Amino acid sequence: MLVFIIRRLMQAVVVMVVMSALVFGGIYLIGNPVAMLISDQASEADRLAVIRDLGLDQPIWQQYLTFVGKALVGDFGKSFRAGEPAMRLIFQHMPATLELAVIAMTIAVLIGVPLGLYAGLRPDSFGARSIMTVSILGFSLPTFWVGLMLIMLFAVALPDWIPGWPRLPSSGRGPTVDVFGLKLSFLTAQGWLHLLLPAMTLALAKGALIIRLTRAATREVLPMDYVKFARAKGLRERRIVGVHVLKNIAIPIATVTGLELGQVIAFAVVTETIFSWPGMGKLLIDSILLLDRPVVVAYLVIIVFFLVLLNLLVDILYSVLDPRVRLDATAR
Amino acid sequence: MTDLAADKLPTTTSPAAKVETPLRRFISAFCESKLALFGLVLVIIIAIAAVLAPWLAPQNPYDIAKLDIFDSKMPPGSASSDGTLTYWLGTDGQARDMLSAIMYGLRVSLLVGAVSVVAALAIGTMVGLVAAYFGGRVDAFLMRCVDIQLSFPAILVALILLAVLGQGVDKVLYALIAVQWAYFARAARAAALVEREKEYIEAARCLALPQRRILWRHLLPNCLPPLIVIATVEIAHAIALEATLSFLGLGVPVTEPSLGKLIANGFEFLMAGKYWIALFPGVALAIALIGINLVGDHLRDILNPRNAR
Repeated sequence: MLVFIIRRLMQAVVVMVVMSALVFGGIYLIGNPVAMLISDQASEADRLAVIRDLGLDQPIWQQYLTFVGKALVGDFGKSFRAGEPAMRLIFQHMPATLELAVIAMTIAVLIGVPLGLYAGLRPDSFGARSIMTVSILGFSLPTFWVGLMLIMLFAVALPDWIPGWPRLPSSGRGPTVDVFGLKLSFLTAQGWLHLLLPAMTLALAKGALIIRLTRAATREVLPMDYVKFARAKGLRERRIVGVHVLKNIAIPIATVTGLELGQVIAFAVVTETIFSWPGMGKLLIDSILLLDRPVVVAYLVIIVFFLVLLNLLVDILYSVLDPRVRLDATAR
Repeated sequence: MTDLAADKLPTTTSPAAKVETPLRRFISAFCESKLALFGLVLVIIIAIAAVLAPWLAPQNPYDIAKLDIFDSKMPPGSASSDGTLTYWLGTDGQARDMLSAIMYGLRVSLLVGAVSVVAALAIGTMVGLVAAYFGGRVDAFLMRCVDIQLSFPAILVALILLAVLGQGVDKVLYALIAVQWAYFARAARAAALVEREKEYIEAARCLALPQRRILWRHLLPNCLPPLIVIATVEIAHAIALEATLSFLGLGVPVTEPSLGKLIANGFEFLMAGKYWIALFPGVALAIALIGINLVGDHLRDILNPRNAR
């Protein structure tokens, strides 16, 4: 187990180094931020002063070395636009994104597992077949499309057509409550209303995936001897499904949920842009469009770190949940 | 079950044609699912609308001289101010007829989707076959690259590439190819590992054929069927990803709007109640994606040996 973790850690470090070089090299080529930041009327002396301030006058390799050295202590330079440290900007925006992602994933699991279980237990019923057909829609439609339709329906059309229908907010985050210095929306009623549409947007696609996964896992578990044996013992259906089936399908579901959390955070880029959710995804898009290099680089390094960490955690969780994986590793 | 399926074939064909060929079996298996047939119909409609757009569309949306600025943001069904045509789906902010814009947008979307998938299929298959055939270090290195790439969400990789490369249809193509090749590499390797152990490869080796010939003439054709199925679903993914990127403002330029760009243009008018500018391109995109996915989903079921009955 330890060897496994150490090997995965070393691999993670290599990935981080390669990615940081690629990201830095790539972002350097985006364009000339000086032209973006300084007005045409600025004097030549002002221009040079700004260039020197931002360190843009040094050769690229020197900029990279400075970048790596500083990155190790969490310093990615100042945002060209906001003038604040890029890292602080990212951390300011991170709670909003994490809140959105976690709530979306929770909704997806709460919807996906029961429906998938039902579809797996009664695969030929009308209900199961409708669920499966609708789930194809769930993941074939892109996130931004779903978000757009939800806005059209719940923020524009329904309140217009039906008097008294509540108009759901479609932009911003609403009031937040400070919890240990973190600003959270889901503790206020207004905050929940603001969360609803973006969270549903993210949850629909992932819910569809979890439905399909749960159904497939259920159908694989049902013909197993231990389920047959439980039936032969005369256990109630509720116990068979609730204990024997659910426990065994929990492994793939937990794995995929963990890995998908990374995907949800990545796709939050799109959802946040549509709903003007002040998270780090929107920050990334704004920074890319404005060539705000330090912020883009800081975001990427943090997200790569986060994804690598998530993969590692899922691998470890997997071996904790499924004793067979552990036994396999020691046998080798 | 396959016998039964063969019996269901139309009896109007001559008796001699009733012999079961793989293609015939495939077609009858495909027709078993009404949903997949429905999907196929959607795909055909969309493809016709896209390919024949220059002849079918009421207006050339790229020809700025033809656009009348007084006609902008007209609701669906209104007549143009010069009275020559009806805007069945309304017009957008630049007075483009939405129906024409959607048909031309479909061309861009489908073209980008198809071309990127074919290129990614070619590159990925090559990498996968080489990895499987040579094994050892080559295999370990190539597959590690694939693993690392696949552990990052496609949208992020594409966003970053576009941020670096800039805008343009060709840039979007590069980004989509870079995102997709790894899936094909992994699938091709899996298929090739199975095929490599078969007797015909051994026979080819015994004949001392050059390695290149074994790889491309013997191994490749036998690995292709599962890859083609993945490719159909991947076309939908590519179209969706391109639409997303264009929606975010990092995809195709405004001069050649794809469906995603059209939707993004309409998004700003949404709150003003001008729903049609975003809705109809959205519907067209949904039809294309659902059609391709229904077909691909069923193809996968048919060709999956685990589902063989």
